[in-house]
Amino acid sequence: MSFLNQFQQHSWQGMTDRIYNKNETDVEMALAKQGIRDLDDFCALVSPAATPYLELMAQKSHDLTRKRFGNTTQLYIPLYLSNECHNICTYCGFSVDNKIKRLTLNHEQIMAEVEEIKSHGFEHLLLVTGEANRTVGVDYLSQVCDWLRPHFSSISLEVQALEQEDYEQLINHGLNSVMIYQETYHQTNYQQYHPKGKKRNFEYRLDTPDRLGKAGIHRIGLGALLGLEDWRVDSSFVALHLAYLQRQYWQTKYSISLPRLRPAEGFQSPNVDVSDRDFVQLITAYRIYNENVEISLSTRENQQFRDQLLKLGITTMSAGSKTDPGGYTMNDKTLEQFEIDDDRTPKEVAAMIKAQGFEPVWKDWDTIL
Amino acid sequence: MKTDSLTIGDREFTSRLFLGTGKFGSNQLMHDAVVAANSELVTVALRRVHLQEQKDDVIAHLDIPNVKLLPNTSGVRTAKEAVLSAQLARESLQTNLLKLEIHPDPRYLLPDPIETLKATEILAKEDFIILPYINADPVLCKRLEDVGAAAVMPLGAPIGTNQGLQTKAMLEIIIEQSNVPVVVDAGIGAPSHAAEAMEMGADAVLVNTAIAIAGDPVAMSEAFKLATISGRMAFHARIGAKNKQAQASSPLTAFLTQA
Repeated sequence: MSFLNQFQQHSWQGMTDRIYNKNETDVEMALAKQGIRDLDDFCALVSPAATPYLELMAQKSHDLTRKRFGNTTQLYIPLYLSNECHNICTYCGFSVDNKIKRLTLNHEQIMAEVEEIKSHGFEHLLLVTGEANRTVGVDYLSQVCDWLRPHFSSISLEVQALEQEDYEQLINHGLNSVMIYQETYHQTNYQQYHPKGKKRNFEYRLDTPDRLGKAGIHRIGLGALLGLEDWRVDSSFVALHLAYLQRQYWQTKYSISLPRLRPAEGFQSPNVDVSDRDFVQLITAYRIYNENVEISLSTRENQQFRDQLLKLGITTMSAGSKTDPGGYTMNDKTLEQFEIDDDRTPKEVAAMIKAQGFEPVWKDWDTIL
Repeated sequence: MKTDSLTIGDREFTSRLFLGTGKFGSNQLMHDAVVAANSELVTVALRRVHLQEQKDDVIAHLDIPNVKLLPNTSGVRTAKEAVLSAQLARESLQTNLLKLEIHPDPRYLLPDPIETLKATEILAKEDFIILPYINADPVLCKRLEDVGAAAVMPLGAPIGTNQGLQTKAMLEIIIEQSNVPVVVDAGIGAPSHAAEAMEMGADAVLVNTAIAIAGDPVAMSEAFKLATISGRMAFHARIGAKNKQAQASSPLTAFLTQA
């Protein structure tokens, strides 16, 4: 039994119809509902029928977020360890068919990055690599966790899908959270975006959060890329996935990311346009659907937009990010995964958070946990 | 009014309003709210503070005369993890007061009764003054008392929900039976809820979300202070019984007094 069983009871077309058949009454019912909201409520909230209710959704999302998370925003920073990758992902700068310089950081380079990152006050770190098992496999990652554990309160990982025992090993080395985005839940089109490499295996990726749950990870990050397929449909599958996981692995915490595709090497524009308005509808729908899920915002979004989103349901933000290995000390832009769109320093982002009446939280975990 | 102090372990408190320190829009606001509440005991999540460093900003803002820190173990999932973080808390914050919070469920943050009982038993032997956060379960409260809890902290409703005393029927039994102070924790969303708990005979209340996310946290903090005091006064003054109907006549027994 895994999410795959449940996923197979749904079809892309069926989910599409479910969303596009919703009317204003469905939206009003979803908004007025007391207690637990279900998948149909979520479908109503992301449907075109909900667009006239955007301000109301935003206010509700704001109130729910404050109640659960208070007037605070958590900060984290990504550390890109390597851009080596054997996959082709048609939207990603690290794709194996891109003729770019490849680099995997060694101990000395990593510790230089750590020193720079720590000088800004970060305690929550997200490690990122491409998929290259010989150079950045589980043993390399375990080693890196050992090096970083004394310096950070929380270590997260955004790398290839792994086996349950790999996750267990990494947890023993101090890992406490893993981001694993399905990219799209459109199984047929998934193959076109991922024509080569281990990542081609849709079902293996789909069941990765199950393996993480079984391994006893503290936190799992879910998400679909915005810009590949219809975001209303993809996000409804994320909602389905989340509800399944929360029932199954009730001791795990969940977060959702909304990576909107950015220009990258070999990739110019997304298939599907996701407007700022759509983006706001999606964040608020996730929040109203689930009061407890963390919602994370990266520097893929621009500074003005990020400042506005702070009050709409976001709980976690990155700041001062670089998306190339060695980016904090060497900054060679030819190595990067995608272009960032908010290049303020962490200090400037923290000042913006304070100016909006929120406390920037650098530490909300501890290695003893 | 004569002094009405509260003793937990070997500590004495005049104020019966304890504060949580999460969710505030700034550390200064948190500080001002604690001062306005006149609170003498504030709980701090270990996960939020830099235990190894001297200069933690949260702790610095709680350096207020007469205010004691109550470290909490929020984030731990088992008794084993709780014991470890309790020891760390005592060492780095120099206090043996401990709010024991073990919630393996990160969604509703509901406490695990089995792990809490186990950890209380271990930590009581290590001379901690333990205030365990638990569901409003009267039997569990007695069991915790037996193994050395200094107080019990049953919830009024799931933490952070502001729903008020949803567990009222169980809280009444707990208050009636307890030999240690009962601190109603979690779910208190308005000063009227705090007053209600105090009127019922709770020894203290712990409030966080309702103050931290109020439009004016400092004013709300003062409102909670007054509600807690007034609820306590009403408890001492003995509230008259409620009646569903007026008792003007006695149709069935009136004949007894008739000549």
